[in-house]
Amino acid sequence: MNAAFTAQELQFQQDVRHFLETEFPQDIRAKVDNRIRLEKDDYVRWQKVLYEKSWAAPNWPIEHGGTGWSAVQKYIFAEEMARIGAPEPVAFGMKMVAPVIYTYGNDEQKQRFLPDILASNVWWCQGYSEPNAGSDLASLKTTAVRDGDHYVVNGTKTWNTLGQYADWIFCLVRTDSTVKKQEGISFLLIDMKTPGIKVNPIYLIDGTPEVNEVYFEDVRVPVENLIGEENKGWTYAKVLLTHERTNIAGVPRSKVRLEKLRTLAAKTADGNGATLIDDPIFQKKIAEAEIQVLALEYAELRALAAVSVGKAPGPESSILKVVGTEVAQFIDELYMELSGLQSLPFVPDQFSTGFDGEEIGENGAAATALNYFNNRKASIYGGSNEIQKNIICKAVLGL
Amino acid sequence: MDFSYSEEQQMLQDSVQKFVQRHYSFDDRNAILASPKGYSEECWSLFAELGWLTVPYSEDDGGFGGLATDLMVLMEEFGKAMVVEPFVPTAVLGGGIIAALGDAAQKEPLLSAVMEGQLQLACGLYEADGRYNLANVATSAKREGDEYLVSGEKILVLNGAEAAQLLVSVRTSGEQRDASGVSVLLIDSSSAGVHKQQYTTVDGHKAAQIRFDNVRVPAANLIGSEGAALVAIEKAVDKATLCVSAEAVGALDTLLQKTVEYSKTRKQFGTPIAAFQALQHRMADMFIECQLARSIVMMAAMKLDSDISADEKAKAVSAAKSRVGKAIRKVGQEAVQLHGGIGITNELDVGHLFKRVTGIETLFGNTDFHTARFAQK
Repeated sequence: MNAAFTAQELQFQQDVRHFLETEFPQDIRAKVDNRIRLEKDDYVRWQKVLYEKSWAAPNWPIEHGGTGWSAVQKYIFAEEMARIGAPEPVAFGMKMVAPVIYTYGNDEQKQRFLPDILASNVWWCQGYSEPNAGSDLASLKTTAVRDGDHYVVNGTKTWNTLGQYADWIFCLVRTDSTVKKQEGISFLLIDMKTPGIKVNPIYLIDGTPEVNEVYFEDVRVPVENLIGEENKGWTYAKVLLTHERTNIAGVPRSKVRLEKLRTLAAKTADGNGATLIDDPIFQKKIAEAEIQVLALEYAELRALAAVSVGKAPGPESSILKVVGTEVAQFIDELYMELSGLQSLPFVPDQFSTGFDGEEIGENGAAATALNYFNNRKASIYGGSNEIQKNIICKAVLGL
Repeated sequence: MDFSYSEEQQMLQDSVQKFVQRHYSFDDRNAILASPKGYSEECWSLFAELGWLTVPYSEDDGGFGGLATDLMVLMEEFGKAMVVEPFVPTAVLGGGIIAALGDAAQKEPLLSAVMEGQLQLACGLYEADGRYNLANVATSAKREGDEYLVSGEKILVLNGAEAAQLLVSVRTSGEQRDASGVSVLLIDSSSAGVHKQQYTTVDGHKAAQIRFDNVRVPAANLIGSEGAALVAIEKAVDKATLCVSAEAVGALDTLLQKTVEYSKTRKQFGTPIAAFQALQHRMADMFIECQLARSIVMMAAMKLDSDISADEKAKAVSAAKSRVGKAIRKVGQEAVQLHGGIGITNELDVGHLFKRVTGIETLFGNTDFHTARFAQK
């Protein structure tokens, strides 16, 4: 039993760190440091830097442009990215649709779509959830009816993240409603410019239009955009969801946020002449979060070690999603508590590109309640934490 | 022992419920939030007409009686509808400080203007370095002839943008955190040297950071004795704390009720999600939290209306705020989680209730602050 990095892994860590320090664009780094919300161009520009280095898609098979890294190397990479505040590549193309395409797509589809995803030439978004199909995703009702060389798509998709930026959407659609609900679903790729598609923003309680509803009205999609076989989409979707769960524990990010929290607590007046880092109640809370992150980190390392000797990540990985999101949300609470009354001003403009007014609250205090509100989504998306517990009950405990 | 509402309290409750039915639907509230002032002057006039602005004051001061239990009834109903009009900053906090400290010549005109709905007040009591400690006052007031020269900055001044008159805690002697040496000045918000940075709070109220640069204030605007205002400030803040705790009780009950309703109508896996026992138990836990929050707020309101010592009253209020804060986390988060994605959208009232109760958790000292204060009293 040994959790230490090898000499080669330590060297790799140095290389990654050096690359990020020199190549992560300074202006994007400044935005991250100043809690300015990143825009499409920031993500794309950064992803193209990673692409030039051939590091855009560590999880992909090497023949499609992956890195061939071990699980430990991927972990080190994620940790170093979080340390410097570099955003992970937007998941929808790189982590969600690409694995489905390279696993189940035909050669023509692989050639057509994968290079543009890898090079961040095309922005993808997700068409899974519907207003009446959330946790019960398989009950989705968006239909695709075959008409000659096309499918005609009708229906509504929701919780579509950053769809306002997207060039393409991958959708689960119903192609057979006469069979068991999981058996009539297909996986379809749709160009967002196709006539009949409308994107309507949904404003979240932090005031941002981060998600959308996407309406399809008689949208004609060429049959060559079907992935794999008709009515096998549910199987492919489940594979995608497993990929979505990798890295969802967010350990590197939580570690970095806790470190920063400690630094801020040492600078934040407690109102009695000392700072919050000396406050025993607050100290205890930070320590509890740190301990939880440590336990989670080793749970994730164990899962990684199993993968690196050739095993697939099992349903146990559901605990990474549950605990990872819960601890991230607990850290959100601590930031809000740290900021106190300064968490209450709602001044979203000062976290947008180009703000040049007088800032309210120091160290991003005015973003902390908004983050707390926004990140309540973490225990809801990607298969809600209740669904993860169902998976544990069924697939692990045999209940 | 009798926990039922008096006839007056029932009438008060009825009158707020009728007002909400007519003037304060979720859509009405959204329209009010989108208006430039951020609150409705028509509603404020109705508050005056209906006598609600007299509730915080004793009969001697021309009020309805000043009972905390009456305020509790009123605020609970405000909480259910997420009323954003500045009742607490003007009538409870500002008027409360004037009623406690002012002399007859100050009280009569100011309080009657407040009760008639003609005067908006705001209190600058918190500073960036002070956290929730009301004795932490660095804003200085130096006497020069028959004026005070005021310099400093106050944060989260509720209603600070709109109020014509500001009640500001200032240091007239002693060190930054000394209990003595804190005074209250009434400052005209249009005075030279008053700089406001106004904003909406995350839960839809209006507030401001206010900087005072050598603001000249007539010595006659000193409210109460010089250097001896802290006790009255703390008392007024305790009453305001009780008010927002009661407001939270109303909002939490609404969150529970909406969650239960939603769980009965939202179908997944071919059945209403209310059928899942795992979710039923979580709603039962929310109910338990709501009941404990309600109970402890009643305790604190009754203690404020009794003749126990000031310390015991403060301790009761801190107990209530601390326990309500715990209920806010639990019920607020669970209401959102059980609604799923729709719970964090602006479209539904649930997200707004969640934000309001979260804001209340921080106002006038968060859960940890009041737990510690309870332990120290």
